[in-house]
Amino acid sequence: MKLKMLATASATAIMLASPVLAENVLRWTSQGDALTLDPHSQNEGPTNAMNGQIYEALVTRDAALVLQPELAESWSADADGWTFNLRKGVTFHDGSALTAEDVAFSFERALHQASDFKEQAKSVVTVEVIDDYTVKLKTDGANPILPNQLTSIYIMDKGWAETNNVMSPQDFKAEEETYAVRNANGTGPFAVASRAPDELTVLTRNADWWGDDLFPGNIDKIEYRPITNAATRVAALLSGEVDFVLDPPLQDLARIDAADGLGMVTVAQIRSIFFGMDQGIDQLRSSNVEGNPFKDARVREAFNLAMDRDAIQRVVMEGLSFPTGMITPPGVLGNTPDNDPPYGFDPARARALLADAGYGDGFSIQLDCPNNRYNNDEKICQAAVSMLAKIGIDVKLDAIPKAQHFPKIQKRETDFYMLGWGVPTLDSHYVFSYLLAGEGSWNATGYSNGRVDEITAAITSEIDIDKRTKMIVEAWDLVKADMPYVPLHHQVLAWGISDNVDIQIAADDAFRPRFAVMK
Amino acid sequence: MQNTDKPMTRWQRFKDNDIVWSFFHSPGAVIAATIATVVILACIFAPLIAPFDPFDPAQISLWDGKLPPAWVDGGQPQYLLGTDNQGRDMLSTILYGGRLSILVGLAAVCLGMVLGVTLGVVSGYVGGVTDAVIMRIADVQLTIPGILLAILINGIGRVVLPLDMRDEFAVYVVVLAIGLTDWPQFARVTRGATLVEANKEYVQAARIIGLPGWLIMLRHILPNTLRPVLVIATIGLALAIIAEATLSFLGQGIPPTTPSLGTLIRVGNEYLFSGLWWITFFPAIALVVLVFAVNLLGDWMRDALNPKLR
Repeated sequence: MKLKMLATASATAIMLASPVLAENVLRWTSQGDALTLDPHSQNEGPTNAMNGQIYEALVTRDAALVLQPELAESWSADADGWTFNLRKGVTFHDGSALTAEDVAFSFERALHQASDFKEQAKSVVTVEVIDDYTVKLKTDGANPILPNQLTSIYIMDKGWAETNNVMSPQDFKAEEETYAVRNANGTGPFAVASRAPDELTVLTRNADWWGDDLFPGNIDKIEYRPITNAATRVAALLSGEVDFVLDPPLQDLARIDAADGLGMVTVAQIRSIFFGMDQGIDQLRSSNVEGNPFKDARVREAFNLAMDRDAIQRVVMEGLSFPTGMITPPGVLGNTPDNDPPYGFDPARARALLADAGYGDGFSIQLDCPNNRYNNDEKICQAAVSMLAKIGIDVKLDAIPKAQHFPKIQKRETDFYMLGWGVPTLDSHYVFSYLLAGEGSWNATGYSNGRVDEITAAITSEIDIDKRTKMIVEAWDLVKADMPYVPLHHQVLAWGISDNVDIQIAADDAFRPRFAVMK
Repeated sequence: MQNTDKPMTRWQRFKDNDIVWSFFHSPGAVIAATIATVVILACIFAPLIAPFDPFDPAQISLWDGKLPPAWVDGGQPQYLLGTDNQGRDMLSTILYGGRLSILVGLAAVCLGMVLGVTLGVVSGYVGGVTDAVIMRIADVQLTIPGILLAILINGIGRVVLPLDMRDEFAVYVVVLAIGLTDWPQFARVTRGATLVEANKEYVQAARIIGLPGWLIMLRHILPNTLRPVLVIATIGLALAIIAEATLSFLGQGIPPTTPSLGTLIRVGNEYLFSGLWWITFFPAIALVVLVFAVNLLGDWMRDALNPKLR
């Protein structure tokens, strides 16, 4: 009897105490999961956004995309590189301390053959450890924008990597599976509690995080549950099953905004959507014609003229896009009002150009498209199929999940594909080195223009800003004329958010939970 | 005796047939048959009837996307049931989609029937261990919900096929999945009928004159077991169409490039929240009407072919 009373009393005590102990759990969703937790394996928006909650970089960007200190407290440039002073007293989730050795190791790892961050980290030649809390990133000549390039180069613990045999990044293209793919040990505000890819990832607050007192965020636990079906995502938000949807379908925004207790925010995103045409290969893989029509500039122009970007904007995107003639949006150094307007919509001229090029009867080709990555990606591709049909191009659409789509691009195994590109550095060098340089690792177009390559190399060390900007614009003029891509539009972001949480939208589409406040 | 009467014409004999008589005297059956025939014919002749070809991308205009049915504000007369998100005419899409649904249903039922009837006759005629093995397999399969099994078979089919062939073979995989789920019903019924027939004098006579077993099964027993099989096949057709729609709705069936009714409903489902109800409503109605008509027909057939109920 006494025992029972005691039990009742303690149960009551727990119940009384529980409001104080109540956890702030943020449940959120978007259409696709992070591809891997290995921070150097895949340079892809949602993957970086997820890993950026667990791992941290030397410098970061806040929601307004302004550069802020993260693991480095301060930095300074001199003629042959940048010196970073590390934050003291930072520990990884497993308790080991962050030192300059870890930074040096992480850069070596990010420069590894299997890393997807090679282009970003490339200008770092060596990392010199000056003392435990000071590193010097030596560059090949001065690199005026190095800190801009470091925001998604995350720092790993060298000891942890040694113990778990993950000294080199996961080779994603080869479908390699390593310990770091499902486990993580970062310095960030959240640690991985459990991970079931494509189902549920639970992150819990890192109580020892250095920024605990510096940031307003009060989330204790994050449950991320990707939901592929757009209507199901909206239903989950409307029913209160999740607090935040990163990518609600555009046609449902009005309804979300009108619903009680829900709201939506929009911002022009730093991301452009476009098609790539492989002009490098001699014989197209999926076409019924001999040779490669894309080698002919007239064919590439015809494809550009066939796109009715206004119709895509109005009908497919519900108005939430900016039609464009560039593959990089305003906000990135290099986007200019001269080059940004789209190529005109002129199917008659497109047909004439095809006839001139000797393809009056058109030809067939496969369009590779992701179906769980960009806003209405598959629907844009479907619309493009019918637009190209009107100039005689018979397009077979293959819309597949991004985990299968992206390797096709990286292995250069696609003739004609959709890709979207965000620019974390806000500088054109990032676009040139990945998408336009002949050797760019995401440049499956085979486009290679000597002058563009030259400029890509030159702007890494040009410190005269005016001269540098001029070179960037010159390269974009060349690209605009060469048309290796079919630019479609810049995305507009829309997030659906419950009123009981305060989340700042950011133009890079990354959710920053350190700023999220639950009410 | 009959030979002395005036010989009956074919038409008279047809009219005098008990099943035909029963058919024309049950209004439900006539209505169901009419609806089923009209829907099935409309779907089969979709290329001739449909105002647009929804699979010819050159005929689609994105600017016509998301138009409501013609009688609603904003609708256009040439798009009677409105358009989908890509500007495809809903009526045409439903006709083409229905065609695929019916073809898949028919093919799946045929597969299930051939498999089930064969196994059923063999099981009933041979008996013994063969019978026990076949019937136990059928029993086990009957304990698993059909749609789960179909998803399983479908999933295996997809894994086995290379990625770039999946879309092309999706239809066959679905047919296989539904057909392989269907067969135990056929096998059970046929086996029962076979057991009855196998002991009749004509079969014994055939045995005595030394006909081989397979010939007896094929020529003598099989024709006499077909009545109940016909009933199950009709109801099975309705079930197969539903199964295909379910698989496609779950995203496991026919790919969106050549939509069936189930795929259309799934695609339309994405737009329900935003008020574009017609994209999912009309394919759903078409599916309901089609399945209901076929089911009624099967129901009537079960009564008409069952001597005890007459």
